[in-house]
Amino acid sequence: MKLRSVAIAAAAMLALAACSSGTDDTAASGPLQVKYYSVQQPTEGWPLVFGKLTDDYAKTKPGTTLKVEVAPQADLDQKLQLLASQNNLPTIFNAPNSNELLQQMYNSGQILDLEATLKELGVFDKLNPAAVELVKKTQGGKLLGLPLELNIEGVWYNKKLFADNGITAPTTWEELSAAAAALQAKGVQPFAASGQQGWPLTRLLGNYLFRTVGPNALQDVKDGKAKLTDPQYVAAAQAVADLGTKGYFGKGVGTLDYATAQDLFLQGKAAMFYMGSWAVRDFGNQQTNKIGADNIGFLPFPTVAGGTGTADQTPMNAGLTTVVSKKGYNAEVGAWLKYIVEHYGDRALSEIGLVSGFTANPPADASALTKGVVTQIGATKQPLLWFEALFPTKATDTATKNVTRLVTGDMSPADYMNTLQKAIDQG
Amino acid sequence: MTGRRHRGGGPYPDRLITYEEEPVRSMLGDKRAIAVFIGPALIVYTLVMIVPLIWSAGYTFFDGSVIGGFNFTGLDNYKQLLGDDAFWASTWFTVKYGIAVTVGQVGFGLLLALLYTFYLKRASALVRTLVFFPVVLPTVAVAAMFTKLFAVAPQPGLINSIASVLGMSGDRDWFGDSGSAFIVLVVMDVWRSMGFYAVLLYAGLVDIPDDIIEGARLDGARGWRLVRHIILPMLTPILLSSVIFSINGTLKVFDSIMALTGGGPGDTTSPLTLYMYKTAFSFGDYGYGSTIAMQLTLLSLLVTLVIFRFSRKDQTR
Repeated sequence: MKLRSVAIAAAAMLALAACSSGTDDTAASGPLQVKYYSVQQPTEGWPLVFGKLTDDYAKTKPGTTLKVEVAPQADLDQKLQLLASQNNLPTIFNAPNSNELLQQMYNSGQILDLEATLKELGVFDKLNPAAVELVKKTQGGKLLGLPLELNIEGVWYNKKLFADNGITAPTTWEELSAAAAALQAKGVQPFAASGQQGWPLTRLLGNYLFRTVGPNALQDVKDGKAKLTDPQYVAAAQAVADLGTKGYFGKGVGTLDYATAQDLFLQGKAAMFYMGSWAVRDFGNQQTNKIGADNIGFLPFPTVAGGTGTADQTPMNAGLTTVVSKKGYNAEVGAWLKYIVEHYGDRALSEIGLVSGFTANPPADASALTKGVVTQIGATKQPLLWFEALFPTKATDTATKNVTRLVTGDMSPADYMNTLQKAIDQG
Repeated sequence: MTGRRHRGGGPYPDRLITYEEEPVRSMLGDKRAIAVFIGPALIVYTLVMIVPLIWSAGYTFFDGSVIGGFNFTGLDNYKQLLGDDAFWASTWFTVKYGIAVTVGQVGFGLLLALLYTFYLKRASALVRTLVFFPVVLPTVAVAAMFTKLFAVAPQPGLINSIASVLGMSGDRDWFGDSGSAFIVLVVMDVWRSMGFYAVLLYAGLVDIPDDIIEGARLDGARGWRLVRHIILPMLTPILLSSVIFSINGTLKVFDSIMALTGGGPGDTTSPLTLYMYKTAFSFGDYGYGSTIAMQLTLLSLLVTLVIFRFSRKDQTR
C-alpha cells in the first residue's frame, strides 16, 4: 500500500512538474508582490515583521504586497527541491535545513550572494559584522541568508528554585553537576530537555567540547585533524551521558517534545533549561510562563576545569536564515529589499522583541530578558557554532536521533561517537 | 462491458439472454474490444505503477539530486548497500516486525473469528463491530493515543499508572529502549488490525458447511482437534490470503512507526520504508533511497513467492 501511494505521489509530482514548468509569473507587470515561503506563520516572527515593513513600504510604492506561504520545517527541504527543479522558487524563502542543499542552490544559480547584493544596494553596513561572520561560517564562507534573528544560547535557570535550595549560579561544569545533584536530592528535576528534538541535548555535548578542546573542536573534526572517537571527544559524551544516567533530565526524556520540555521549566517543575534566546519570546508570555519572567536567569555555558574554552565564547546562531531567489530578483525587488534591510533590526525589536543580526537600538521598553540578551551578545568575544553545524545532514540526523540513547544509557559514549564519526566519514 | 457485467443476473436479466451466447464470445475474441476494455486501466496502471517503478530502478544507478544534477555511478549504490550497517539493521527490524505483527494479527484474528462463530454465535455482531472499530481509525490518532497510554512524562500514562497500582515499577520509559518500544509498536499494530483479519476469517468460517462440522463432532472431534483437523484445513485459502495481506502490509509499514516512535530511540525501530524515506527525502539522496526501495520490493516479492509455494503444496495434499 505504502509503496503504491508513494508511486502515485511520484507520478502526480511528475505530472505537476510537467504542467507547471512552463509557467513564469515573475515577469508579471503591475505592483510588486513578494512571495515569502516560510516555516513561520504570517502572524509571527520574521513574516510578521516583513509584513509590517511591506505595509509601510507600500505607502511610497502603492500596491506592494507580501504573500506568505507556510511550510512545516520538516517538509521545507523537500518542497524547495521540488520548486527549484521546476525553476519556480518564490521571491524569498527560508534557507533549507540542509547546508548541502543550500550550496547546491547557490552553485546552480538559484539564489543570490547577499553580500554582493546588499553592497550594491548600499545597505550592507546595516548588518551586524559578527552576525555576518556567523552566517558565513555555516554557509560555506558566503552570506547566502539574511540573519533575521541572532540568538545566544546558554542555561536558563529558575532563580527561586535555586535560592530556595541554597544554590548559587554555577560557572563551572563541576559546580553545575553539584547544583544538579543538590536539586535532585531535594526532589527538584534539575534539567528540562526535549529528547524528541535531540538537539537540546547534543548542544550540551558540543559546548562541553568547545570548553574542553576549544572553539575549534568541531572545525578540527570537519578538517579531519581530529576524530570524534578521540579520548577528549568521548569524554565529552561521557559527561553528558552522566547527567542523563543520574536522572537529571527526568523521566522519559526521549519522548518529551519541545513545548512540553519548555513547559516543565516554565511551570517550575524543572530548575534549568538549555535553550537559545529565541525562547525569551515565550518567557514573556504570561499565560504559559507560570514562574514569571523576572524569575528567570541566564548562565553562560559553564567552563570545564583544564579546558581551553572560556565563558565569553558564546554559542550563537542566526536561526533559519532567509534567502533571495536569483530569478525573482529585479530592480523593484531590490528597492523593496533595501527598505526591509534598513528597517528590519529596529522593527523586529520593537514589534516582537526579536534580536536580529541587523544593527538596532533596543527600545526603552524592551524587557529585562531582551536587554540581557543584547548585553550578552555585546560581551561575546567569540561566537561558537553548535555541535552539528558543520556536519553533513545524515550525521546531524544520527547525532540528534541517538542522543537520547546516550543519556538513557542505552548506548555507550564510545558507541555514540563512533556511530557519529562513521556517519561523518560517509559524507 | 454490459455483457460481462450483467452475466450474473444484474438489473437487466432479460436483455442478457439475447447477449449471452455468441455476441459476447465474439466480442471478447476481438482484439480491438479487448484493447478498449483494458486499455484505460492499463494506461493508468502503467503510469502510476510501472513507470515510477522503472524510473526508481533507474535512479539506483545514479548519485546526486534534482538540483545539483545526477551522475551515473554504476553499481556504487549497491556496493554501499552491502556495507551499510543501518540498512541491514533496518532489514532485520522489518523482518522481525513483519513476523511478529503478522503472527499477532492473523493469530488473534483467528481466535476472534473462532470466538465469533463458536462461542458468541449470533450475538457476535456487537463484539465484531467493536473489535473492527480501530481499523477505521486514522493511524496517527491511534499512535497519539498509544503515546499517551505508554507515556511516563510529563504525566505517567495509563499503563504506568496501572503498573504502579499493581505494585510494579510505574515509571518505565516504554519508548526509551528498543526492546520495549518494539513491544508497544507490535501491540498497537496488532490491536489496530486484528479486527480486520477477524472479519475476514469469520467470513471463511461461516462458509464451512455446518454438516461437516456436525459430522466431525459426531465422530468425536472437539475443541483443538476439531480446529486442527477440520477448521484449519478448510480455512487454509483464506488463512493464506490473510497471511499474505498481513505480511506485505507489515513489511511496508510506515505510518504507525513514523507516528509512534519516529524510528527511535536512535534508529532502533526504523524499518526499511523509514530509512528509504529519510535517505531520499531528508538527506536528498534519491539514488540510494531508490536502491533501498528496490530491496524492499524484492523482499516483499520473495515473501509472497514463498507463501504462494506453501499454498500450492497445501492444496495438492
